[in-house]
Amino acid sequence: MENVVNAFKKIFDKKHRGRTVSYLIVFAAYILCEVMMLTGNMTSQIRNLLIPCCSYIVASLALNLCVGFSGELSLGHAGFLGVGAFSGAVISGLLVDTIPSGVVRLILAMLVAAALNALLGFLIGIPVLKLQGDYLAIVTLAFCQIIKSLINNIYLGYDNNGIQFSFVENKLALGEGAHTLISGPMGVTGSQRISNFTVGIVLIIIALVIIYNMMYSRNGRAIMAARDNRIAALSVGINVTDTKMLAFVISAALTGAAGALYGLSFSSLSPAKFDFNLSILILVYVVLGGLGNVTGTIIATVILYVLPEMLRSLQDYRMLIYAVILIAIMLITNNQKFIVLSNQFSEKMRNLFKKKGAENHE
Amino acid sequence: MYKKGIEDMKKLLVLLMSVLCVLSLCACSNNSSSGSDSTPADSGNPSAMKIGGSGPLTGGAAIYGIDVRNAAQLAVDEINAAEGYDFFELKFEDDEADPEKSPAAYGVLKDWGMQVSLFTVTSGAGAAVAPDYDADYIFAITPSGSNTALVYSDSTNYKTNFQVCFTDPNQGTGSADYISGHALGSKVAVIYRNDDAYSTSIYETFMAEAAVKGLDVVYEGTFIESDTDFSTQLQAAEAAGADVVFLPIYYAPAAQILTQANNIGYAPVFFGVDGMDGILGLEGFDVALAEGVYLLTPFAADATDDATVHFVTAFEAAYGSTPTQFAADAYDTVYAIYQAAKTAGVNGDSDPTAITDAMIAQFTSMTFEGLTGTATWAENGEVSKSPKAVIITDGVYVSAE
Repeated sequence: MENVVNAFKKIFDKKHRGRTVSYLIVFAAYILCEVMMLTGNMTSQIRNLLIPCCSYIVASLALNLCVGFSGELSLGHAGFLGVGAFSGAVISGLLVDTIPSGVVRLILAMLVAAALNALLGFLIGIPVLKLQGDYLAIVTLAFCQIIKSLINNIYLGYDNNGIQFSFVENKLALGEGAHTLISGPMGVTGSQRISNFTVGIVLIIIALVIIYNMMYSRNGRAIMAARDNRIAALSVGINVTDTKMLAFVISAALTGAAGALYGLSFSSLSPAKFDFNLSILILVYVVLGGLGNVTGTIIATVILYVLPEMLRSLQDYRMLIYAVILIAIMLITNNQKFIVLSNQFSEKMRNLFKKKGAENHE
Repeated sequence: MYKKGIEDMKKLLVLLMSVLCVLSLCACSNNSSSGSDSTPADSGNPSAMKIGGSGPLTGGAAIYGIDVRNAAQLAVDEINAAEGYDFFELKFEDDEADPEKSPAAYGVLKDWGMQVSLFTVTSGAGAAVAPDYDADYIFAITPSGSNTALVYSDSTNYKTNFQVCFTDPNQGTGSADYISGHALGSKVAVIYRNDDAYSTSIYETFMAEAAVKGLDVVYEGTFIESDTDFSTQLQAAEAAGADVVFLPIYYAPAAQILTQANNIGYAPVFFGVDGMDGILGLEGFDVALAEGVYLLTPFAADATDDATVHFVTAFEAAYGSTPTQFAADAYDTVYAIYQAAKTAGVNGDSDPTAITDAMIAQFTSMTFEGLTGTATWAENGEVSKSPKAVIITDGVYVSAE
């Protein structure tokens, strides 16, 4: 009994509280959604939002690792998401006859997408992370544009005779058993939707485990030290380039897995989606959730992703109201009075919790 | 002082909360009112058949979505007035022309109980929900989604999905046929946007048909979304000696091309497709430059036949703007559904599967006379109607036959 109480106290102590709350929120959301689905209370609208929402959560967690924890601004996460989505769709499309199981193909696609993105992240990082300043933002911005243009010009398909590929001009001449995988600006069409919500939640949990374990490890402290004071970090023997590289590569890989999940949750996918605006959208989720704040990122992503859908009853005023709410959130969360108020509130809650804990202990 | 600030803050929060409560109440009451609409009236009339649909009502492509919604609503109102009771009920959702948003919009429509659908306005958004309509067996017919991915993909034919506008491949083939058939020129240049599915798919079929017809394509130029300078492409086309320039693009870049060609004194025959429609209404564009431009379009708002005059007058009276071909296609779509429903004898009380069965059977067998021409449909959902070529003369479309 004593052990259980101690363990309970430990996961809710000051150091671990944030982590526990994050996991609890994700589990609670999963159970709630599953129960609603089983009892038939979930509308088709919400059901169609679940998987993309999971992808966005993982992408913004990954971006937070890069921007919040390692302090390097990346404007190219839409590019990583795009690479993930399209490589995932290609893997799934190629293996559709060999591996009938959707889940196996999905996991395989996510692994390949993550590996490919880790490699791309590494290649970008080699020259850029040696520099100081906002060079990563500029280079990743260009990366995002390059990826979009590249995918716009890829034509890929296969038939019974093998894989055909052409660039810029569509020279595919598919015979019997034709499957078009990527068709230039039209992107992927008619692919199987094999993503499922459970895999999405598992991916979020994996992202949380990676991020939290890294943060409380030697590497994590080195990453944050390099962010807070580069010279001090160098003087204690931290290799700043390597630590930043670690954060950036992991961030890219997680975004790739999220991209594969995202791509395989739609039957069509267009390269135009993965533009600069998408990068900014994910950055907005991260900034409003709080730089370096994992739980905040999850909550902000869910709210901001679902909000425009919930405002559908306002019809033509929907986007107007959405913008007003965004501005209001930004103003209120940065308001000194609000910060004082919310600190007081959390203090009260903590006292309440402590009292209860004390009673239980007696 | 601080205390007071906190008090103010609390008041603000209470205010915010109450606003939210009122909003959610509004949402609830909206739902309940639409729910009561669908219960059969006492008068013995069947309940209204629920038509769903989605399109961009916000964002860059909103002009198309709003036109389609307005024209569809106009057609629904006319039909309801003619029947004397609510035969149709329309619910049109915003999908921002985004393949990511259209599944959510589809979910809203499905929850509402849509029985027949106007599908989506744009191709990209439509491709994302094409398998859903097939899987849920709801009849869907798009007024303006021209990509074939909406009605079939490689090996799958979505049996519930149909189109009203020309498909992109048809436009490419039609343009090549017209140019060679009417001997508009001996050497052809093509300038197209290669990061756009609409433009590239017309280009591809145009090139295929041009090869068949023996058209001499001397230059192929490309550009991308944000380009505004086309002098390189135009000079290259001129240097290659092209006397016809084919522009399978939307009207905004086409206007730039016409202006810049005029600046360098290059005057070939310009030939556009349905994306060129709208160029005469573009603000800041000198209409005189469009003189002599050919385009393929199913609809001209200044045509003088009774049906077009009636539609344009009613549309302008209701919404204060001149309808585009998107609006005309949407108007036709609703009337085509009406014709099919009347012939098959289905209504809002019929079994959903029976409605879809009846619609598919009707559309694959019937002939529909609309604003945009006489149409029949193939098994795979593609429409077959002959593209009309018009030439711009004195600032208006004149049939070029």
